[in-house]
Order: sequence, then structure tokens, then C-alpha cells
Amino acid sequence: MPRSTYQRLLGVIGKLAVVLILGFLVLPAAVVTIAAFNDKAILSFPPQAWSWRWFAKAIAYQDFRDGFRNGLIVTAWSSTIALVVGAMVAFALQRYQFRFRKMLEAVLLSPLVIPHFTVGLGFLILAAQIGWNRSYAVVIACHVVLVLPFVLRSVYVSLRNLDQSYERAAASLGASPLRVLVTITLPLLIPGLVSGWLFAAMLSFNEFTASLFVTAQRTQTLPVAMYNYVREFADPSMAALSVMYIAATAALIVFANAFLGLGKVLNIEQSR
Amino acid sequence: MNKAADRGAKALRGSIAPHAEGAVRFDAVTKRFGETTALDGVSVSIRQGEFMTLLGPSGCGKTTLLNLAAGFLAPDGGEILIAGERMNDVPTYQREIGMMFQNYALFPHMNVAGNVAYGLKVRGVSRQERDRRVEAVLALVRLTGFADRTPRQLSGGQQQRVALARALVINPTVLLLDEPFSALDKNLRASMQVELREIQRKLNVTTIFVTHDQSEALSLSDRVAVMSEGRIRQLGTPEEIYRQPCDRFVASFVGDSNILRGRLDGIEGTSAVIAVGIARVKVPREPLKDVAVSAPVDLFVRPEHLVMTDAVHSCATGGTVAAHVYQGGYVDTYIECSDSLRDRLLVRSGGHETMARWPVGSLVGISLTTGEGVAFAQA
Repeated sequence: MPRSTYQRLLGVIGKLAVVLILGFLVLPAAVVTIAAFNDKAILSFPPQAWSWRWFAKAIAYQDFRDGFRNGLIVTAWSSTIALVVGAMVAFALQRYQFRFRKMLEAVLLSPLVIPHFTVGLGFLILAAQIGWNRSYAVVIACHVVLVLPFVLRSVYVSLRNLDQSYERAAASLGASPLRVLVTITLPLLIPGLVSGWLFAAMLSFNEFTASLFVTAQRTQTLPVAMYNYVREFADPSMAALSVMYIAATAALIVFANAFLGLGKVLNIEQSR
Repeated sequence: MNKAADRGAKALRGSIAPHAEGAVRFDAVTKRFGETTALDGVSVSIRQGEFMTLLGPSGCGKTTLLNLAAGFLAPDGGEILIAGERMNDVPTYQREIGMMFQNYALFPHMNVAGNVAYGLKVRGVSRQERDRRVEAVLALVRLTGFADRTPRQLSGGQQQRVALARALVINPTVLLLDEPFSALDKNLRASMQVELREIQRKLNVTTIFVTHDQSEALSLSDRVAVMSEGRIRQLGTPEEIYRQPCDRFVASFVGDSNILRGRLDGIEGTSAVIAVGIARVKVPREPLKDVAVSAPVDLFVRPEHLVMTDAVHSCATGGTVAAHVYQGGYVDTYIECSDSLRDRLLVRSGGHETMARWPVGSLVGISLTTGEGVAFAQA
């Protein structure tokens, strides 16, 4: 059937709109990526000559190395603690009816509405009070609070989607509640737990606002180190670091998707 | 069934001490969900080795009763006994039950052998004994050679057999089946029903089967409990339920029925005589004990107990043929009839000559087979 000019025009406009939106979304990343390869020691756009040297400089810069290491420590601890706590709370919220259930849920999700700098400031005041303001503990505690709602949500949703009959079947076969948890519930929840942990890890590793308050020179995470750097220098090593950041995160997401996609197949097809 | 299956059954039985008393008893069991009463003082006793079906429309409480037997729910009143022991406070995992779920609930992260062996592993059965019994039960359900498959690699019927094997391998005191056939297509369903019943007989395992499908209930059960609104309306053999329904609900829910307007003509011993047109039919007296002679009653008659005849004026009733529905083995004929409580009567007759003899639009007389049917006071 021949399409009218009007329809064709609509199609072209639609495609153009999609391209524009996508372009707009990747625009900052694209600009930073191009700037990272600028040979000159200024953050200008577009570059005149090309070079890899800012990557080498970023990797060699001691504050970035420390920040990266600190970030990994804080992220590993905070997202793991948040996963354990979040999973337990999600279980309680999903499985049991108790007093203050709604209130608990609201409190646990509250970091979503409380600004990060408020959380950071709060922890800074507390930590200064007990003399912990230079420790990892306060950074980790702060990150746990910030990422907990996301972990909680992720586990809660997977729990709600978990078909009750698996656990009932195991119980009918003679498995005690603990045994059901270990041999049935947890294995079936792995996709939810892993995605919750990964999400928490990414948030924690990238977290800046609250981290700025609670980190000291010794414990500063990579985003904080980058901020401190950019206050003094404006060379493209920042951009180079950003490119590495983007590449690492993208790789993680691709990996997670492959892994979780598989998990979803295992999980969902059966429950139909 | 094949020889391997027989050997499987024998090996399974041999490994199990027979239960002295396998019966399940519900004693005035009540269950409420908030304001609604799901079960209202239900009492029923299931004998050792019996295949008992709980039949009813959705929301009648049949699944709740099954879940109470399994221990997934706790009753608000009454007692549940399995093998003579009070189960009210015994958790599911200590009840020695086998359960088959509507969606089979096979563990997706384990293969067939892992699924079937789960209950044995939990009981601390040795590896060697486990392997032997898994093999035996897989032979019983005709799945020898499928041990290493994952549930996803199996067809619906095969998944169901794994679920059955998993429930049976632990030699349960009672087997609980929650609408296990509803996910299968019609042909497979029929063959799985036969197979399930054969296995159930062979192992002589007490079985409670929940379904909303009345034909399934009639064809499989030793006894059927017809439920509605949290109560058991009638408990009896499939034949009793079908031929002597105790009230209007059972008569309408189980099987097809026609409702004819009639009149109580008199009482003869344990029978009541109902007049429909010039015809007189005998029905059980029991449901009519409060009805006065010559009062109007509704006569419930099965479609196969109505007979079409050319003698339009000298029989019970008559009407105009509205439609024939050819069903292969029999023909369903719909007849517009003024004596019917519903618009049309349904007459079931063998042979397709019916369609040629009384084409659509022709007048036809209807006579009644005496001794069949049941009457109730007018609603």
C-alpha cells in the first residue's frame, strides 16, 4: 500500500526526534571523551592535536590511585553490608505483618527523599563527636544508608515475584524453614541479590555529595579526589579518568546483564 | 502400565513401612480470612487409600481445606488429624505429606533427579538408597532416563510426572493434589488422569484431590465432596453425586441438567411421584419432605434421561428443535420448551439419526425415563 506524504513526513520527524534525544543523552559523555584525547593541557573543545598522555597521567596520579583504592574498599563493604541488611529487612517486610511495618518501610526508603549532603553532614557531625571523622567506618556507614533503599527495593521485588509454591513444595517434602531458605529461596533469589549488590556498588562508587563531607584526605574516594583535583588543575586528565569510569561501568553493566539475563531465564520460565 | 513401572511401584512399597492408619480427618474445621469465612465447620473423614475429591467453584473453600491439610494455613477452629494424630500445631515439614501443585513448582535450579531426591536428602537418606529410590519412582512415572534433564527441558506432562514422583518418593501418609491437570491440554489431561489413578491405586496412597472440573471429579474419585461457600454440600460416590444430588446447587454444578416445572403428585414409600404434563416420574422423597402434595416443584433431569418422540401430545412435554450439536459419539439437541425453567431443554442422544429425524424447527415430544431425576421445592 502506498503511504501518503503526510505519513512519510511523520515517520521522518519521529526518527529525527529519537536521534536528537539519544544524541542529547550521550552528548556530555561524547564531549568528555573527545576532550580526553586533547594533546593540550587545557579542557578545550574541540581539540587541535590528539594524545593518550592524559590517560597515563591520570593512572599515575597518586591521589587518583588512592581514591580508587579507597573507593573500592568503601564500595565493597557498604554494598555488602547494605545487601545483607536490606535482604533481611526485605524478608521481614514481605513475609511478616508486624506493628510499625509501614513506618519501618518509610524510614528505610527515606534516603530517597533526604538530600545526600544532609546525610553526609549528619554523619560528619556524629563522627566528629565520637572522633571517628577520619575513619573508613563513617564513610562506609554513610554509604550503607544511601544505598540501602535501592538494595531493599531490589530484593523486595524479587521476593514478591518469587512463586510461593517453591517454598511450600520444599516444606511439604520435609525441609525445615532454615533448609528451605538455604536450598530454595536464596538460590532462586540470586539474580535479585546480585543485581541489588551491583546497583549498590555502582551508586556507592560514584557517590560524591555525601562523600565530600565524610571523607578525610586519607579516606577520600575517587569522585572526591577528582573534585579536589579539578579545583586546582584543569587539564584533560580529568576527562581521561571519566572515560575510564564510563568504560568500566559500561563493562560492568554488560557483564551483569549477561549474567542476570541468564538468571532470569532460569527463574521466570519455570514459574509459569 | 509397563513392567518397569510395576517394578518401580514394588521397590517403592518395599522400602516403606505401611502406615497403620493413613486416614485424614477434618473435624468442624473453620477458617476465616478477615471478615470472610472461607470454611464454616467442615467435617470430613478420608479413609486409608481413598481417592477423595474436593469439588466446587472457585472461592468455595476447597483449596483452603487442602492448604490446611498441608499446614500452609492454620485453622481458626476445629481439628485436623492425619493418621490419627492432631496436626493443628504441627508444621508442614513434619507432616509427612506429598503435594503436587497447580504449576508443579519444580525447583528450577535442580535437575529431575535433584528435584525427586530433595525429600529424601532432607530426611538424611543415604546416597545409595536415594539413587535406588529415585530410579524406582522415575520408572513408576515412566521417566527412566530423564534424571539429568532440567525442568525447563521437559514438556508439561513430563513436568507433572516429575512433580508426582517427587511427592511420592517420600512415601507420604497423604498425597495432596491441587488442580494438577489444569495446565495440560485436553488429550494429555485424560491420559495423565488415568496414569495418576493407576499409580495411586498401585501404591494405595490416601489422596485428596482439589478441582473445579466436575467431570474430572466424577471420573477419578472414590468419593467426592461437593463444596460451596465454605461448606460441604454433599459427600458421596461419583454415582451418588450425579444421580442423587441432595440440593439444587449440587444438581446444577455437577453434570448438565434440565429443570422442568412439575407438581408433587403423591408419596409412595421412599419415593415421591412428580407430575410433568401427563407423565408421572418417581424421584427420591428425601429432598421433598417439607413439600405439600400438589405443590409445584422443580424436576432436575439429566440430558441423557430425556427421550425425544414423535408423539407430541401424549408425553411429558414438548417443544421446537432449536439446534443440534454433533459431538461425535452423541448428539446434543436444544429444544425450546415452555415447561423448562431455562429457555431450552438439552437432550443427549446417541447416533446422528436424531438430526435427520427431527430437523431444526420441527416439533418434538419429550418423555422422561422413570426413576431418574430428582426434584426440589421451587426456589
